[in-house]
Order: sequence, then structure tokens, then C-alpha cells
Amino acid sequence: MNASLWIEHYRLVASASGTLFVAGLYCIIFTHNLIRVLVGIELLTKSVTLLLALAGAVTGRMALAEAFIMTLIVLEVVAIAVAAGLVIGIFKHHGQARTRVIRELRG
Amino acid sequence: MAALLVVLPLLAVVFLNLPHVRLGNRLALLFAALFCAAEGVAALAAPEGFWNRAASLADIGLTLDLTRLLGTTFLVDALARVMFLSIAVVGLCAALVARYAYVDEEQEFRFANLLLLVTAGMNGVVLVHDLFALYVFLEITAVASLVLIVIERGKSAFEGAFKYMVMGAVATSLLLTALALLFIGAGGTSFEEVAAGLRASGTSKLELVALAMFLVGLAIKAGLVPFHGWLPDAYSAAPAPVSVLLAGIVTKTTGVYTLIRLVDAVFGYGEPIRRALLVVGAVSVVIGAVSALAQRDLKRMLAYSSISQVGYIVLGLAAGPGLGLAGAVFHLFNHSVFKTLLFVNSAAVERQAGTRDMDELGGISSRMPVTGTTSVIALLSTAGIPPFSGFWSKLLIIIALWQAGHPGFAALGVAASVLTLAYFLSMQRRVFFGKLAERCSRLEEADAWGLAPALALAAVTVALGVAAPWLFQTFLLPVRSIL
Amino acid sequence: MTYATEVLIGLLVLVALWTVQTTILRAAIGLAATSVVLSLVIFHMGAPLAAVFELSVCAGLITVVFVSTISMTRPPTEAETKKEKTILARRFHPAIIVSALAGVALWASGYVLEVAAPAGPPASVRDVLWNVRRLDLLGQIIIVFVGVFGVVILFKEQRGQKEVGR
Repeated sequence: MNASLWIEHYRLVASASGTLFVAGLYCIIFTHNLIRVLVGIELLTKSVTLLLALAGAVTGRMALAEAFIMTLIVLEVVAIAVAAGLVIGIFKHHGQARTRVIRELRG
Repeated sequence: MAALLVVLPLLAVVFLNLPHVRLGNRLALLFAALFCAAEGVAALAAPEGFWNRAASLADIGLTLDLTRLLGTTFLVDALARVMFLSIAVVGLCAALVARYAYVDEEQEFRFANLLLLVTAGMNGVVLVHDLFALYVFLEITAVASLVLIVIERGKSAFEGAFKYMVMGAVATSLLLTALALLFIGAGGTSFEEVAAGLRASGTSKLELVALAMFLVGLAIKAGLVPFHGWLPDAYSAAPAPVSVLLAGIVTKTTGVYTLIRLVDAVFGYGEPIRRALLVVGAVSVVIGAVSALAQRDLKRMLAYSSISQVGYIVLGLAAGPGLGLAGAVFHLFNHSVFKTLLFVNSAAVERQAGTRDMDELGGISSRMPVTGTTSVIALLSTAGIPPFSGFWSKLLIIIALWQAGHPGFAALGVAASVLTLAYFLSMQRRVFFGKLAERCSRLEEADAWGLAPALALAAVTVALGVAAPWLFQTFLLPVRSIL
Repeated sequence: MTYATEVLIGLLVLVALWTVQTTILRAAIGLAATSVVLSLVIFHMGAPLAAVFELSVCAGLITVVFVSTISMTRPPTEAETKKEKTILARRFHPAIIVSALAGVALWASGYVLEVAAPAGPPASVRDVLWNVRRLDLLGQIIIVFVGVFGVVILFKEQRGQKEVGR
């Protein structure tokens, strides 16, 4: 894959990445369900993955971008696992996994 | 040698968890405390070239060139040494507070391991010279502190941790997106490459977008207004030794330090950045201080105070390299010291009195004199009263703002100090002085483990304040010279 | 003339947009589908190793995590599920429009990606990962330890007590 092919398509790919990013943010902001928040976080991660792949393709430094993506995936798996644990913990305390329960933490 | 700061804690965790090693859980905490102490001593007293030398055990003929093993070089400058010292001091105090606050040894063991891991993460953040490696260690620190917040599995801990997690995830995504854009423009992610790329391209729209995203992401991590929503919840919901760690150094390293390092080494002190920093810093100073006045929970008040003080650090950075940067870094260190002291004392109050509600407490100082006195020292330093250390760092920042042509902001800094004094005096009056509340009539002073860090930190605050003029020669001018 | 790129990207966006507006269990499946398409896109862009990682880890492991979490936090009643459906229609169907508009706005904004000067001979991923970015590997090892402690703390039943309330 040569760089110039992707320079042709960069707007398509970068805009797709932006769409994924906004979709993820929307999920996080507007949801009542804590697990959907996690879905949103995952979508944000996919947006970044796509953009990194584009960066590698466009600059011709794909090996570096691939290394970034792989490290990113490993880190994000651990992060999401801990986050899921948090959601389950909240569920065990409140009996439901709704965002309402964490809005209650006020001083 | 510098690589040891990241590798050694990992090896310690591996060792502590080997199946047949039953050292006793208390010793794990000792390990962690010793490591922090060693880091602090090395940061202060290491001879020239110590950090860049390869680690070696020459007497057994074993040379371990970790830098070659890790494939990176670490350049340790004065700013990094200040950070190492802060990390070491706060880490040591957190270990002592854990010893004081926890009866369950299993809990201490887990805390010790996570303390080592989070320290490795923070050391990594300070040491790296590459944007992606920075992300890796920021993520390590973030996830480790998440686990620390919920270490006791309390109800409010989960909620505070969740908020911290979500804001952190959004911030991380912003940082990574900006990283990808800068990678496209510069062809690499090391500080030098990106800085060169930014200089070469002038102010193109895309670079500005990337910079803006970076700044927003870092502002979220630093707890600057208007992205500070997670901070009071996370600080107050975390168990006592974890709050000490979070407020004392974790948020600072992942937020303000990273901001300082990136503005200094990568982005440069251009006009748009300085203006943005001025606004964000000023707003944080004011809103943090005003919000602190309205709090009932002791730890939430301290959390809003932290937001305000970090605003000062950002104002110092906005005033530019030289005096502004020196003031910012000095205030960063000072804030580590006195905010940790305040949280250590709040841990003592919480443990002895059983509540953090300031309306229910009162007159504690008569029963817990050491805690009361050291708190007074901490609050005077935060408000910037001479001769304590906080006075000097705030003075530097205000002078730097004045010199840089922002007299309005300088005046704001002074005015906010008055506000700071107000809310802290109110806290002192309600909690420590005044009439002895019913709950507190049979209080005892905290035991040695709880008092030792408080006394040590108070001593540092006083000593730094008194010795500041001399220190400017040896400590701060080298920081200026990294520019 | 193949339109492979356009088709793949289009599919990716479609699947992602479907994911944001559906019920939670289907969203988890949708996330897996998004991962699959993304992995195809990345493969098409010339990053086969990363594509395999994305497929096995994100489409596989993370989906398992999500489905387990959903099953452990099941919504309690029938009424709740009905309520969820009306919420979805009101709040999340617009997500499609908002996100799609964002993408179109980005496309139309005329931004120009300034690309760095071309690199030397292409390195191999293996070489980069194991030689150039060894520090990142150390970071991965460290975070795995953090993850292990996280799982132990979050999921292990404490001896003698079920929950610590506060």
C-alpha cells in the first residue's frame, strides 16, 4: 500500500474517525445506563485506532503506527476490564446500573 | 540509573507476589516506603551524572545497562528531579498513613503493591521524551489510581472512581487523537520530532486543533475549571491514604506536570497558548476558592482548594519561561507538601473522630494538638503567608505575571489568596479551634504513624519558607536554565 | 476500479451508528461487529498485525467482558425494558443524525492533512515493536500487573464479609 493511495482517501477515513468519536461522546453524555458509557468509551478508542492507522498509511510509517495500535489495544483492554468491574461494583451496591445513582454524589 | 525508577518497582511487585515468598504483608509496605525514600534521597543528593549512568553492580562484575535494554535514553533535568522528590515525599507519606489507617494486613499488602505500581507509572511520566510513551505511563497511572480508589470497595468510592474513569477516558481519547494528528504532521512522536514539526508548519489549522485537543485533555486530567467535575468526588470518596496520594501527587503529575513539560518542550510559549492558560488558570483559581468556602465535608473543601492552587501553577506557566516557570514549579512542589499535610491530618481527624462533616467537629485542637498546629502551618502556607514556603512560590508567580504584562491577573492572584485565607480560617475555626464538640470530647491524638508524616511535612514547609532566598540560588535557577 | 476503501469505511460508519441507538445487549454485539469491520479496514490499510490484534482482542475478549457485565447487571423488570425502548427512540436515534452530520461537516471543512516528509525504507513491525518501542512493552507488562490487582480487588470475595458499605 503506497502512501499516495491513502492521501487520496484521507478525508474519507479521517471524517469516519470523527463520526465514530462523536458517536462515542454522544453515548457517554446522553445515556442512563452505565454500560452504554463503556460502549461510548470503546467507540472513542476505535476512532483513535482508525486515525492512527490512517496516520501510518499516509506518512509511510505503518510499522510505527501498528506498534502504537497494538500497545493501545492492550492498555485499553485492561482499562475496560477495570471499568467493567466498577460498573459491577456500583450494581452490587445500588441494585441497578443507572447513571442516576452516581449523580447523587454531592457535597 | 534513571530507568531503575520504573523497573525497580515492577521487580519489587513481582518479588512480593511470588508464590512462596511469605514476607508478611507489613513488609510489603516497608518495601514501598523504602523505595520512595530512596527515590527522594537520590533526587536530592545524587552527584552529577548519577542519573545518566548505567546501573551496575560492579563488585559482582555485573553491568546492567538498562537504557540499552529498554532502548531509550532518559534525560533527567532539574524539573524531573523536583518531580522525583515530590513523588518520593508523597509516596512515603501515603505509605505511613496506610500503616496508620489500616488494621487489616491484606489491605496493606494490596495498597503497597499498587503504590509501587502507581509510582512506577508516575516516574515513567516524568522520564519519557516521547508522546506515545507518555500516553502509556499516563494510562498506567490512571488505571492504578482507579484501583486504589476502590481498594476498600465502598459505595461512594465506586461512584467517585467511575466519574474519574469516564473523564479520564475522554481525556485520553482527546490526547491520542491529537497525538495521531501531530504524528501525521511530524512523522514521529518524540518530543524533538513533534516540536520540530510544529515549528516548521507555522500555525496551520490542523496543528491548532491538535494543540487545542491536547490542552483540553490535559485540563481534564489536571482538574482545571470547567473540567473539574470529577475531582471533588474522587478525592473525598477515596480512602484516606489514597486521597493523600491522589491529591498530593497523582493529579499533579498526570495533569499539571505534563502540561508544563509539553508547553516547555514541545508546544512552546506562543501567544494563543499563553492566553488560554491565563484564562483557564484564573478561572480555576477563583472558582476553586469560592467553591471551597461552601463545603461541609472536609475533604471536598480540600479538593476545591487543590483546584484553586493548580490554577496558580497554570498562571505561573502562562507568565512564560524564566520567572513564571520557576514559580510554577516551586508552587507545584510546595503544594505537594502542604496539600499532603492537610490530607494526612484529615485522615487523622477522620480516623479519630469518625466523621468529616465540619459542622459536627469542633475544638479538636485541644485534644489533638499536633494535628491542629501542623494544619495551621499548612493553611498559612497555602494562603501564601510569610515566612512559609507558599508565600515565596506565590510571590514568584505574581511577580512573573506582573513582569509579563498581566497586572490584572497578578492582582487576581493576590485577591484569591485572601479568599484562600478566608476559607481555611473558617475550616480551622470550625474543626480545630472553637468550642469542643460533643463527638470530640474523648478524642486522642493520632499515633506515631499518623503524626510522623504530618510533622515531617510541616517541617519541610517551614524550612523551605525560611530558606527560600538561599534556595533560589541553588534550586530554582537550574530550573530556569533548562530553557 | 475497486471501491474497497469506500465500501469498508461506509460499512464501518453504518455499523457504528447502529450500535449507538440500540438496546444494550445488541449494542455489545454491534461493538463486536464494528471491531470486525475496523479490523478489515486496518488490514486493507496495510497493517495486518494490528488488524489481527483488533479482531482477537476487541471483537473477542472485550465482547466477552461486555456480555458478562450485562448479564451481571440485568435490568430488573419488564417495565424497565419498555421504558428503555422509549428512551432509546427519543434520545439515541438522533445520535445517528448528530454523528453523521459531524462526519459530513468534517469532510466539508476542507482541512488539509500536512504530511511529514516520507520516511526511509519501511521498517518491519517486529523490529519497531521489539527494538524501538521497548519502553512501551515494559509499560504493557506494568499495566497487566495493575489489571491483575484490579481484578483481585474488585471481584474476590473478602473473607468473612460480602460487601463493605460506607
